[in-house]
Amino acid sequence: MSAGLTAPVAMTARTSRLSAVIREMLSRPSGCIGLFLVIAHVALALFSPFFAPFDFKAMNANAILAPPDSTHWLGTDQLGRDILTRTIMGGRQAILVTAIATPLAVAWGGLLGIYLGLAGGRLDDILMRVVDAFLALPWILKMLLMIVTFGTGVGVLVPTLAFFYGIPVIRIARAATQNIVARDFVLAARARGHSRVSIMRRELFGNVLDALMVEGAMRWSWMLLAFTSLSFLGFGVSPPTPDWGLMIADSRNFMAIAPWPAFAPVIALSSLIIGINLTADALAKALGIDRAQAAVH
Amino acid sequence: MLRIFIHRLLLGIATVAIVSGIIFAAVEALPGDACTAILQRDASGERLANCRRELGLDRPAVTRYVEWASGAVRGDLGISAHNNKPIASLVGDRLKNTLLLAGCSLALGIPLALFLGVLTGLRRDRFSDLALSTIAIFAMTIPEFVTATVLIFVFSIWLSWVPGIVTASASSPLSAFFPGIVLPVIVLTMVMTAHIMRTVRSSVIDVMSSDYVQMATLKGVPYRQIVFRHALPNALLPAINVIALTVGWLLGGVVVVEKVFNYPGLGHYMIDSISDRDLPVVQAIALIIATAYVGVNLAADLLAMAFNPRLRTLKARSP
Amino acid sequence: MTGDVLIDVQNLSIGFTGRSGKLLPVLRNIDLGVRRGESVGIVGESGSGKSTLALAMMGYLKHGLRVISGQSLFGGRDLLAMPSRDLQRIRGGKIALIPQNSGQSLSPNLRVGAQLTESLALHGKVTSSGIPQRVTELLQQVRLPDPAAIAIRYPHELSGGQQQRVAIAMALAGDPEALLLDEPTTGLDVTTQAHILELLSDIAVRLNKAMVYVSHDLGAIARVCSRVVVMYAGEIVLDGDATTVLTNPDHPYARGLLASIPRLGNPNLPMALEGRPPPPGDAGPGCSFVDRCAIAEASCRSERPGLQPLLAGGRVRCRLHERAGSIPTKRAGKPASAGGSFGEPLVRLSNLAISYARQSLVDQLLGRKPQGVPTVDRVDIEIRQGEVIGLVGESGSGKSTILKAVAGLVGPANGEIAYDKSGALPATVEQRRPEQLREIQLIFQNPDESLNPRHTIEQILAQPLQLYFGLSGDALRERSIAILERVRLGAHYLDRLPSQLSGGEKQRVAIARAFAAKPKLVLCDEVTSALDVSVQAAVLDLLDQLRRDSGTTYVFVSHDLAVVRALSDRVAVLYQGRLCEIGPAAAVYSRPCHPYTEALLGAVLEPDPGARPVLMAEDIMELSPPAKGCPFQRRCHRKVEAICESMTPPQQDAGAGHIIHCHIPIGELTSVQTMSALDNVVRPHVQ
Repeated sequence: MSAGLTAPVAMTARTSRLSAVIREMLSRPSGCIGLFLVIAHVALALFSPFFAPFDFKAMNANAILAPPDSTHWLGTDQLGRDILTRTIMGGRQAILVTAIATPLAVAWGGLLGIYLGLAGGRLDDILMRVVDAFLALPWILKMLLMIVTFGTGVGVLVPTLAFFYGIPVIRIARAATQNIVARDFVLAARARGHSRVSIMRRELFGNVLDALMVEGAMRWSWMLLAFTSLSFLGFGVSPPTPDWGLMIADSRNFMAIAPWPAFAPVIALSSLIIGINLTADALAKALGIDRAQAAVH
Repeated sequence: MLRIFIHRLLLGIATVAIVSGIIFAAVEALPGDACTAILQRDASGERLANCRRELGLDRPAVTRYVEWASGAVRGDLGISAHNNKPIASLVGDRLKNTLLLAGCSLALGIPLALFLGVLTGLRRDRFSDLALSTIAIFAMTIPEFVTATVLIFVFSIWLSWVPGIVTASASSPLSAFFPGIVLPVIVLTMVMTAHIMRTVRSSVIDVMSSDYVQMATLKGVPYRQIVFRHALPNALLPAINVIALTVGWLLGGVVVVEKVFNYPGLGHYMIDSISDRDLPVVQAIALIIATAYVGVNLAADLLAMAFNPRLRTLKARSP
Repeated sequence: MTGDVLIDVQNLSIGFTGRSGKLLPVLRNIDLGVRRGESVGIVGESGSGKSTLALAMMGYLKHGLRVISGQSLFGGRDLLAMPSRDLQRIRGGKIALIPQNSGQSLSPNLRVGAQLTESLALHGKVTSSGIPQRVTELLQQVRLPDPAAIAIRYPHELSGGQQQRVAIAMALAGDPEALLLDEPTTGLDVTTQAHILELLSDIAVRLNKAMVYVSHDLGAIARVCSRVVVMYAGEIVLDGDATTVLTNPDHPYARGLLASIPRLGNPNLPMALEGRPPPPGDAGPGCSFVDRCAIAEASCRSERPGLQPLLAGGRVRCRLHERAGSIPTKRAGKPASAGGSFGEPLVRLSNLAISYARQSLVDQLLGRKPQGVPTVDRVDIEIRQGEVIGLVGESGSGKSTILKAVAGLVGPANGEIAYDKSGALPATVEQRRPEQLREIQLIFQNPDESLNPRHTIEQILAQPLQLYFGLSGDALRERSIAILERVRLGAHYLDRLPSQLSGGEKQRVAIARAFAAKPKLVLCDEVTSALDVSVQAAVLDLLDQLRRDSGTTYVFVSHDLAVVRALSDRVAVLYQGRLCEIGPAAAVYSRPCHPYTEALLGAVLEPDPGARPVLMAEDIMELSPPAKGCPFQRRCHRKVEAICESMTPPQQDAGAGHIIHCHIPIGELTSVQTMSALDNVVRPHVQ
């Protein structure tokens, strides 16, 4: 066997795990539906401006709260704007902001959690108290204080979401690490004399990654929930920009006379969040992690 | 046992102390203070300085923190910047309303969740389990405001069964909140039930496949007796902690629900206060919610310990 | 004594649906009848289907399993097709299970008394007013002291041996006609195991119940059963009376199995049975043992042998069984020890003490040292270059703790570890020099735990090679392959993950990883305990070969005295973290001097018909060693009262480096031994 031949074979041991996990996910209906919904939504977020039928700002004075017809497939809102256009574009901000913030949250929370799980000691004791303290405060209070102070720009929302939603990740990563640190292969690495960084990199990351991937999917769904809830309450995306939370909030005032403006954004938002959760569920099952045991928020 | 209890209690107090520090520091870091909120457009120069001197805001932050914290321990939460009334009385009514809402949701949700969790756990992978578990994912993950909007449309606008909005004021007697409270309770119950149910389900599945349940089966114990005597007492223990976490979630989730239904509770008041920059009130509400969160989790830990013979006798056994 | 057929399994096949959707059988065409009053042992290695068979005898299938064909009759009725109401009456009432690992089989939320009461109430052979009385009787019957105190305890408050006794009492509660024992002593200490088996065989004889005893341990089966059934890859391959099966079986697998068991009285290495059984669904059209069989012919691959009756009684599944006699059952392998002379001292443990007691917060504040008696204390051991020293003792003996201290994973509380010529070894890994780290390597008990499941074998072997020798690229690969070949694995293993290997192969990789460092000292922590006995023999053989080739020194820790015997030059016996006896293996095993060694050796079960363990020490569980005096004082059968409780026993030299820590004078210790113990131990094993 030559050296040239073996590299791709060595790869297969690792890549085959990834493909095995994906295959396992796709073997369940929940995984198929979930992945389809998530991919469809992300694609819409990226490409919707190119094929939206109308300008999202364009108001049609002749069609205010018009029911669905052949021009406006899903009707128009109280300003005569096309609801189909606004719905397919209404997730862009939410998806883009949370899709950047989620990996950041998982990365910083995960790294700190792994470190604390491995190092233990007094620093761990103190920081875990601080983590508990942050978790004791409702998410909406934390988010609102930041938004009221610094505004709702992407430059504010991404780091804020990443920071607050990384805190629970610390706990998950720390617990997962403590489970692994107790195992003999970490003890073996310590006995050989590997440094702490080397143990983190070689022995822990791969094993904690499973838990973090599932956790990341859940964080993403919570972030979307937070983002759209804030928009709904009027603390998020500012008006002409289409946003599901905002659209649902607007539609409530006219619901008695024109319920249709609410339908499309409700279905769009629900399908995305359900898609993410179905994916997370299938991923957890494929990786053999009990997701119901994970923390609530 | 007593040692563990004291240890947990001290940890809880430490957490609340850290929370109060974070709240105080965060509010301190915000632009504006009570005086800018009171004076609004007149907040400048001489008048601002006078006001600050009057309220003691010109003193160092540490002094003010100590004063605030020691006041809070005695139940004195300060004065609202918005209308100069003591916060304790303003918050009191709304706290009562929120407790009513949360209490109704818990009273409805916990039994329902335990029942459904046990049912789906025992009927693992059969149709009823798959159907209920899927519904649970929906209930758990769709934002409260979406569920609320859909429920308002269906039950209030379309069917006209219940009002879609609460019109009673904060100080109304509790009876004034019915039937407007029905929809908010349903929204909160749905989410909560789903969370608890999923944990109970997985815990029941674990226990039902344990060696001791297999042993009980092979001892000839009838199924019902296995479930109620051998499985459930062990399976429901983890539920205690999840219920506590869910109550913790309820305290945050209630904010959006109260706002949607215009329910005059603590969460609604908190959002209004943030909009109005009534910082003393924000501080007070944050502290109340955080203390409740820590308290509930502490109670759950101790309760779980009290019900678990393994933990209960841990100390007694070692010499 | 034996009567009509009570349990009758007919042509039973059980399987599960694999990932591919194919039905994979774990049991294939089992035919087995057990008569009233008969005690049958079912022996087999992991994956042989023996536990599935036992549970099927109670009409129980684990989640995912289903019946492919056949019946499991009890008293003429098929339990696998019976309404659950009827099953409830039979389970516990007619046939009762004594499970493996009672600690997890007793409901944690119910007191022992309540669980016994439940069994009694269910099978209604006593009136409800008579139940408390009966609970006490049952607990007495299983020889639990103070039944009243035991009855009000929760299962987790009992020791392993006590839990097992409670499980036995629970099985007896319904006064069943048949008892099913599923590995009832696995995981217990030797002395406890001997006591439990003694109790079981007594029950079998006295109560005249039918017994089915499932175990991987032929020694345990030999103690209790009169008939033995051998299973392999889901099939019965041999069925015969115990004496024949244990001495001169007619099936090649049974013969290989016997030869692979290490014996106390035999200083040689056991014979390895190479290969592994086919996984479910993988057995070819022929005999399932063909790949490992020494006498197989071409026809064995194509034709599946039937279970045919033997002239002398019993049944065998082998077409060539007349020739099976040519396979030795007791031919031990080569002698392990390299002989008497060894080099310079390599490691010297002097007055070593290790304490796990943590400083509590109060102690920290007051600056106090942690309280309590140290886990390991006053241990003096000198290990010479090139020798194998065995550390034996039951759980809690501190043997693994000592290894961890030498490896630098726990710091000693007192004393020092001198290493080679460099003097005292720094306490922890972080303080040690790279050279010291490389020269001392540790191998763990369970390769599933000690190999990172996410790393390929190549990555696992690369770790020491990169760390100690800075190898990379082709050089790294070449060395990895060379090391794999030394542990008798090929280069094609490099790309695999641990989960794709069998237990024995995984442990070889763990050994390869240790030897990749070119160590001087290898610490083996129960390295064969997680393996099947036939695989264990191969691993022992490999360890011996490696040591022969490279002159490495081993510290070999095990709870299995026979395994230690096979590999060690010298043996140290530990109890509660204190040294009892240390000396040349031959001397310690042939005339055990310390009362604890005597008790330990007496309790070992050898797979010979009629072997009777000698029970000397009480099987009480001690949570911590006594504060002063002899560590064994509470259980010693030769205690000299006062002095044993107050004074640390002196070191007595019995010659040739054989040191005994005991107050009894050496002459008396060697002469007045319990004769039966001696008899059991030195019984010659002639071929």
